[in-house]
Amino acid sequence: MNDEAQLLEVRGLHVGYPVKNGVARAVDGVDLSMESGEILALVGESGCGKTTLARTIMGLRVPDEGEIRFRGEPLGRDRASLREHRRNAQMIFQDPTGALNARQTIYEAVAEGVRIQGVEGDEEQLVADALARSGLRPPETFFTRYPYEISGGQRQRVVIAGAMVLNPSLLVADEPVSALDASVRGEILALMLKLVRDTGVGILVVTHDLGLAWNVADRVAVMYLGRIVEEGPTEELLTSPRHPYTRALLSVVPEVAEVEQQILTGEAPDPTRIPPGCRFHPRCPVVESGEAERLGILELCRGEDPLMMPACHAVAQPAATGETT
Amino acid sequence: MSPEEHFLRVRDLHVTYAPRGAAIPAVRGVDLDLHPGETLGLAGESGCGKSSMAAALLRLLPKGTKVTGEVLLDGEDVLKMKPGRLRAVRWTDLAIVFQGALHTLNPVQRVGDQIGEAIRLHSKDGRVRVSTRVGELLELVGLPARRARDYPHELSGGQRQRVLIGLALACEPRLLVADEPTTALDVMVQAQVLRLLEDLQKEFGLGIIFITHDLSTLADLSDRIAVMYAGRIVEQGPAEQVFTHAAHPYTRALGAAFPVIGDPAFRMNPSGVPGDPPDPRFLPSGCPFHPRCSAAVDICPSTDVELWPAGEGRRAACVHVSGAPQTTSLRAGPSPAPRARRTP
Repeated sequence: MNDEAQLLEVRGLHVGYPVKNGVARAVDGVDLSMESGEILALVGESGCGKTTLARTIMGLRVPDEGEIRFRGEPLGRDRASLREHRRNAQMIFQDPTGALNARQTIYEAVAEGVRIQGVEGDEEQLVADALARSGLRPPETFFTRYPYEISGGQRQRVVIAGAMVLNPSLLVADEPVSALDASVRGEILALMLKLVRDTGVGILVVTHDLGLAWNVADRVAVMYLGRIVEEGPTEELLTSPRHPYTRALLSVVPEVAEVEQQILTGEAPDPTRIPPGCRFHPRCPVVESGEAERLGILELCRGEDPLMMPACHAVAQPAATGETT
Repeated sequence: MSPEEHFLRVRDLHVTYAPRGAAIPAVRGVDLDLHPGETLGLAGESGCGKSSMAAALLRLLPKGTKVTGEVLLDGEDVLKMKPGRLRAVRWTDLAIVFQGALHTLNPVQRVGDQIGEAIRLHSKDGRVRVSTRVGELLELVGLPARRARDYPHELSGGQRQRVLIGLALACEPRLLVADEPTTALDVMVQAQVLRLLEDLQKEFGLGIIFITHDLSTLADLSDRIAVMYAGRIVEQGPAEQVFTHAAHPYTRALGAAFPVIGDPAFRMNPSGVPGDPPDPRFLPSGCPFHPRCSAAVDICPSTDVELWPAGEGRRAACVHVSGAPQTTSLRAGPSPAPRARRTP
């Protein structure tokens, strides 16, 4: 294990699903990297492939192409490597009620991973530490309780404790607060910040909530139809977005009232039929407003896949930078 | 505002669930007014009674639930209506959209037939051609008329939510109760649905009661906001003011849960309301919010404050509201700072 290496490195990743009329290219050429102790928000609409990307990073799906390196080592596909990987990388989901077995006590729920992975040490102590670290104090009072006896926010803490008990170096959180009440949301996000500080875990948060990114993320990657289209430090990306898709996403956040809303028509298009050229061009405000034509790049937008970052021909135009609306 | 202009007046509404002899007070004395074309945003956490209140307006609560008070629709009390009259009023005057469109629609019936059924059974205008009207409604909510032939599973989440709104509007109601209609949806689709509601309101003068826990969405969408806690309204007033200058500490905490992107105060600093909402069976004494309140003072556990005027068109139930009757005997408590969400 190389301590100097990046926590996670994803290169040229493609993941497809066979569907009735062909293949859904859910992840279609993604490069991404993360360091330890970093919170990266992966942002995009439903169906953009963000959950598939997260699951592939967890080793739950086999990529068709490309490479995932975890702490410098390529992710192995044999049983032993996957088992090792699933100890080092843990995942939590949107709905804590669904994630917990209703007939299992909280102690059992947290201890399960310890037993499966054969972690050495005093099991009771490990469980108690994990619960306490997740803000469930005193931990012993929760041992014999069942999920229905605690609140939704506490359930998400139990799920997080179950993941953190294995002392992972990567935590993948898929919409960790979107099923929770406004009041609890802040507490769970604060817990994530605290875990990063206390343990140096890296957290990949998959979400469509840009406010969450502003609350906790060091960096943001914006995904559209299987591809990362813009990526950068949170402050920079959310206060001066460059890709028209990022701008549109930000314009519909209720609190960002100063900019005019750019409500894109339709929903995220179909990954079985990714448009040629720039995959965003059929919904792109730069194309729709005639701006692309004025810049003389309409043909590029329709015909050439933008492989630069941000992935936008208009942004790449030196004259156009900062002027496109 | 004269009383005549309010087509909906709710007075001292109480809802008490009674499972197996128990008494669970979900709504504990709510007053509300709405005039045509107005949007009222109703905010609060799970269990604060906001959905129970919405269901009470349409009398959709389970049998055995005790409902008292008045829900006056043009002066006529919905709670006292005979079944036939109630049936006539539902759909044509009052309609509701729930969250979770997948579970509300019948999975084995084409969406057009589901809308058509509502029109056939409830429409005021007997001569209307059902299939034409179904097509019109779908187009009104931004779906092609041919989608009438689709089954719910053939539509995406956003499209199903649009169908539900179309369904609610089938008989041209005057009041639409929207209970978290966009929580299950993506940001962009949410924006589409909210824009749709705004357009419909402008066009038809629809009154809307919009329920969610997301105060920032309500600030954008509503004329007025009412915030509920433990079965009561604890603050109400013009939307923008309630959002930016909350008078009640609970409203402030709830608002701060959704950050202002670009505001350094929220950067790496998520905030929420500490603790959990109270169990309606065992409400804390005095002000029910006091155990979670950062501004609580020694009299809060013993003082149950009523809604009290807190500026132009505003009311709040907090001992810190200046002039609240309970504060007279008090030494001055910390006065809530305006726009505290920027200085947490």
